[in-house]
Amino acid sequence: MEGAREMIRTGLAIAVLAFAATALVAQSDPIAARKALMKANGDQNKVATEMLEGKRPFNVDEAKKVLATFAEAGEKAPALFPDDSKTGGDTAALPAIWENKTDFQAKLAKFAQESKAASNATKDLDSFKIQITEVRKNCGGCHQTYRKRTS
Amino acid sequence: MLRKLVMLAVILAVIAAAAFWLITTPASVPASALAPYAPNLENGARMFHAGGCASCHATPKQEDKTRLGGGLALKSPFGTFFTPNISPDGKDGIGNWSEADFLTAMWKGTSPDGSHYYPAFPYTSYQRMKMEDVRDLFAYLKTLPPVEGKPRDHDLPFYLKIRRLLGGWKFLFLDGRQFQPDPAKSAEENRGAYLVNGPGHCAECHSPRDPLGGVIVSERFAGGPDPEGGDGWIPNITPAGIGDYSRRDIERILETGDMPNGDSVGGPMAAVVNEISKLSDEDRAAVAAYLKSLPPVKGPKRP
Repeated sequence: MEGAREMIRTGLAIAVLAFAATALVAQSDPIAARKALMKANGDQNKVATEMLEGKRPFNVDEAKKVLATFAEAGEKAPALFPDDSKTGGDTAALPAIWENKTDFQAKLAKFAQESKAASNATKDLDSFKIQITEVRKNCGGCHQTYRKRTS
Repeated sequence: MLRKLVMLAVILAVIAAAAFWLITTPASVPASALAPYAPNLENGARMFHAGGCASCHATPKQEDKTRLGGGLALKSPFGTFFTPNISPDGKDGIGNWSEADFLTAMWKGTSPDGSHYYPAFPYTSYQRMKMEDVRDLFAYLKTLPPVEGKPRDHDLPFYLKIRRLLGGWKFLFLDGRQFQPDPAKSAEENRGAYLVNGPGHCAECHSPRDPLGGVIVSERFAGGPDPEGGDGWIPNITPAGIGDYSRRDIERILETGDMPNGDSVGGPMAAVVNEISKLSDEDRAAVAAYLKSLPPVKGPKRP
């Protein structure tokens, strides 16, 4: 019993610390924070592609983790584009973001919401493929208009 | 003596003026060059997607990519171009064009009223297209909804508004040759070469340009600074840039926009993928095969 409590306490402590650290980074350096979210998306998206193309065995938990990462990015990103983060740091964010903030945030919200729904609908490789193909259509929506051309 | 010199100068000036006039005369395709033909609408749709017509000509800020009212702003080092209406509207679009008018536009870059188009309209690539493909495309465009309204004029410095001068540009950069398959390449690579260099007009963005705005031939497909300004960068799509991509990677990028590093394509390439995703797997595979067959070319150095 005490062992279990100990584990919960440690777990909670780590979670709080991690949350605080993320919040701190987000507050002090929103550019780094949003880039970290996008990097995580990219890494997870790569995992998804590998599963879809048979280079990695399908695993439903891993598949859901991809979509959970997407959902998290969609939820957290809107707060990471404050007015004072238009420049500075190595950012590919275009001024169009701040000129069309409502649209930008709506697109992120849609991305988060569809990622969650897709996670719920993911049961096996076939359903994952259908779901993530739809979710991925969101990527271009922002990258086309709101990101500097690099690709 | 002086009289002779003046005479000579006058003669030279007349010759120069005549040469300029000849060189800058807008070329056209005569209606007599067109044999009777039953267009293939399915192939026309394929050309429409391969050419990404909608990416520039679809009316901005609405979702329907078949409403080709134009009006998109294309920034360039020379000024801002606004894409025209190419919907089949009789008054504002191309509804009253003949097939010869359309071929003239695509191959010669000349409008039905006999003036030069700016090369923001990539006829340097479209001139490579097969006549049948152009005629199929024209027939397909005619099936799309007519859209009323003419977009605003281009925003250019006064001297560039003299369209006759574009004849000189064409003399330098428009060779009038159609696509010729390379016997050293496979049928698949040649199909890819046709799609890339003809309708797909990939080199128009993915190549650096000289100060006159012509593609630098020796650095074709080697990427460079974003012509629309800012400090964006257009990637090198020769093996010097994407040599570590597999054919499958390129096919996937063209189908879904997903890149090997997990990122997704952005900028105008997102719109390009939106159209190319509608092509067949075979056509995308052909493009990938061709790009992999290109010699590696180093382009401008990225700052």
